[in-house]
Amino acid sequence: MKVKVTVNGIVYARDVQPRTLLAYFLREDCGLTGTHVGCDTSSCGCCVVVMDGGRAVKSCTMFAVQADGHEILTVEGLASGAALHPLQQGFWDQHGLQCGYCTPGMMLASYALLKQNPKPSEADIREGLAGNLCRCTGYQNIVKAVQQAADKMREPVSAGR
Amino acid sequence: MSTQATAGHALGVAMKRKEDPRFIQGKGHYVDDLTFPGMLYLALVRSPYPHAEIKNIDIAEAMKVPGVKAVITGKDLDAAGLGWLPTFHGFDKQMVLAIGKVLFQYQEVAAVFAESREAAADGAEAVQVDYAPLPVVADPFTSKTDKVLLRPDREQKTNHIFHWEVGDKDATARALASSPRRIKQRLWFQRCHPAPLEPCGCVAYFDTMGRLQFHVTSQAPHVYRTALALVTGIPEDKIHVISPDIGGGFGNKVPVYPGYVCAIVGALKIGRPVKWIETRTENLTSTGFARDYHMDVEIGATDDGRVTALHVATTADHGAFDAAADPSKYPAGIFGIVTGSYAFPVAHAEVDAYFTNKAPGGIAYRCSFRVTEASYAIERGMDILADELGLDAAELRRKNFIKKEQFPYPSALGFTYDSGDYHRTLDTALEKIGYRQLLKEQAEKRARGELMGIGLSTFTEVVGAGPSKHFDILGIKMFDSAEIRIHPTGAGIVRAGTKSQGQGHETTWAQIVAEELGLDPQTIMVEEGDTDTAPYGLGTYASRSTPTAGAAIAMAARRIREKARKIAAHLLEVGETDVEWKDYKFQVKGVPSKTVTMKEVAFAAYTNMAQNEPGLEATFYYDPPNMTYPNGTYVAVVDVDRETGEVKVRRFLAVDDCGTIINPMVVEGQIHGGLTEGFAIAFMQEIQYDADGNNLNTNFTDYLLPTSLETPHWETDKTTTPSPHHPIGAKGVGESPNVGSPAAFVNAVIDALSPLGVRHIDMPITRDKVWRAILDAEARKK
Repeated sequence: MKVKVTVNGIVYARDVQPRTLLAYFLREDCGLTGTHVGCDTSSCGCCVVVMDGGRAVKSCTMFAVQADGHEILTVEGLASGAALHPLQQGFWDQHGLQCGYCTPGMMLASYALLKQNPKPSEADIREGLAGNLCRCTGYQNIVKAVQQAADKMREPVSAGR
Repeated sequence: MSTQATAGHALGVAMKRKEDPRFIQGKGHYVDDLTFPGMLYLALVRSPYPHAEIKNIDIAEAMKVPGVKAVITGKDLDAAGLGWLPTFHGFDKQMVLAIGKVLFQYQEVAAVFAESREAAADGAEAVQVDYAPLPVVADPFTSKTDKVLLRPDREQKTNHIFHWEVGDKDATARALASSPRRIKQRLWFQRCHPAPLEPCGCVAYFDTMGRLQFHVTSQAPHVYRTALALVTGIPEDKIHVISPDIGGGFGNKVPVYPGYVCAIVGALKIGRPVKWIETRTENLTSTGFARDYHMDVEIGATDDGRVTALHVATTADHGAFDAAADPSKYPAGIFGIVTGSYAFPVAHAEVDAYFTNKAPGGIAYRCSFRVTEASYAIERGMDILADELGLDAAELRRKNFIKKEQFPYPSALGFTYDSGDYHRTLDTALEKIGYRQLLKEQAEKRARGELMGIGLSTFTEVVGAGPSKHFDILGIKMFDSAEIRIHPTGAGIVRAGTKSQGQGHETTWAQIVAEELGLDPQTIMVEEGDTDTAPYGLGTYASRSTPTAGAAIAMAARRIREKARKIAAHLLEVGETDVEWKDYKFQVKGVPSKTVTMKEVAFAAYTNMAQNEPGLEATFYYDPPNMTYPNGTYVAVVDVDRETGEVKVRRFLAVDDCGTIINPMVVEGQIHGGLTEGFAIAFMQEIQYDADGNNLNTNFTDYLLPTSLETPHWETDKTTTPSPHHPIGAKGVGESPNVGSPAAFVNAVIDALSPLGVRHIDMPITRDKVWRAILDAEARKK
């Protein structure tokens, strides 16, 4: 089936099997391997991407054909040129990652969270990221990373998107 | 806490991680990210039965699936001499693909190679296997009876794998018999699985020179290379193992798995690259599990609470093959640390291991070879003893701690503890948590019938395997190594035999080099995981990296410094003996104004070395003289809902003594992560099998991992007693929180329930178990 998906502002027109998951479309058809797959049951959130500017979706639980005509943001599209996105900076500054495998999904779930709630409390962040597993950090520094990003993105002249 | 490392001050700095920029930009380089021209995908056919004879395997339909290139079975592999794989500690072997029968549910039965991920999965579905079910042995106590012999392939016609013991059996029995006070408790440390978020996988191909290129999720790439050479007969120089970025390991990525062997065989047979990436279900059901120890703990004491003897008898469930990844001389790992932080005059520990129809493994899941089981046994045991004696749990511990002036301390079970100050660590923790105040609050709540618990764990670990006289894997001694090259401009590269899976070696190894040589850690590149370039090492697990490779790096840097001293003498125009290393520079003794930096010396080593050997490189293979003994005091405070059984962890404080700290940010991160896994083991994680041998926790909806919602807030602090035998005094920390914390959580819950008369609940402490314990206790009182 022919699909046209805009990923990080670039249109990818591809011929895919109906059963191709969006996660594998991104990884294998678009070559964007920053989106990871960590489970078979939509539990881990390693594959989270943002759809149409603000909705976090688990790309392992969506077919590529369902993304036809939509816009997808992946980790590769977070930075603006050489400037890191405040979330990327926050994860780096606050030691919000160790092995890095959950990190792209964590950042994109956080991206969607901050779109809906620009000033989240710790409890809001913990609830907002409850669909994303991390085995390394214990989440505490991830919460700090998102708080740092939220603070930065609320500054009057924000580098955020 | 300083966050800026500078040339000459790098140790103890909370420097941001050098590896992070690629991860936060989605440019990490994991195995599944690799593709090669013509690459095939491998899918495995797995058994639905825990124990069954294989009557027939029909691959005809599978071969008709579009895209399927080949199907291989155990018979094919056996004919090629590759039917069995030796397990890491060398006393058993494991089927690569089932031969004759299957021994656990989800065992690998056939391998399907196809043009795409989907075609391989379709092909695996189409393989027809006829099974004749056999009686199932789902626990070690049934196994013990030998009514069903699980492994007729073995010479010994019994399900009993080994008996191991350490300590003085008779003296311990006598001391226990004559002790005025005794406690005895059966503790089951449940089977659990490390479940790193990246599953295991590999890509194998033979290059144009016929050389095996093997990209794999391995915590120990050099050991894989040697093991592959020994098993396949491929000369070791024709094998190149590359561990790229690894998405967490926690011990799960130490063993060699059947999928790896099948990928290599497929690549050889078909002549194309083969990728195998397991699914989460495959990961949870067939790769290295941990624990599954049934421990009978017995402690003797005087009336005033001095411990007199310890006996622990363990029945271990090793699954279908004895694939425990332990050093050769330690079939039960380093369980002998079970005397913990206490001065037991005498002790005896024994382990009997049995085969069952469950997945093989028994890996060190974020624990230094069964240290978690041992630590849990003694720390639960001490609490039960305190309860029996009516003593405060902290007081009982304080009374029995090894004193700081007793180090180096020879334990009753043969270890020489290197250092520690257990009293100070306990005091630090109790003061910080406000122990007295908590006890007061607890007394008030108890008077109102509310259930609040305070749990302690004052553990001692043994890590850094290990000294060559005791520790080897497949005969290879467990040293580790480092190679450092300093370039003309004062930048450099360090390579080590370890392999980070998130531990941050790219940062911390650079910090050690920078500190030793007065260089900028930002310009020291770290490379690991490539057997063509890294010096031979045993890998990263069991908290061994800093104790072994970290030491090797410091020692290699010191070799460089000695060579640099000669060049510095030439530059300073004095004799070598007149040059000293001071404030991260070479200086003419007594003349602080006459100095030369390592950067200047590095340039001279290539441009103006006089009669000295050019270049500035060194290699060091470090054979540790002893293990290191990280320790700590952990305190958990919980509230239990009497109506629902829900446990709320209100506070958790970890005070760790891991010796010298290289990067406090990284150490704190490791502690947060380890505590979260310890919390998960205490309350959530369990791989259960039903009586018929069916695995009940085959995915993340059934095998519960903590999310940000359940995970408590962690408080941390430290004490520091540097390891006296490690070059920079470091002890290792990655596993302490996972080793030390389960007992603290359980002790806290039982403390909360103790007014009801509840003495023990096995992990994971689910709401259901607590609720039932409360109901039972209340029923008993009526």
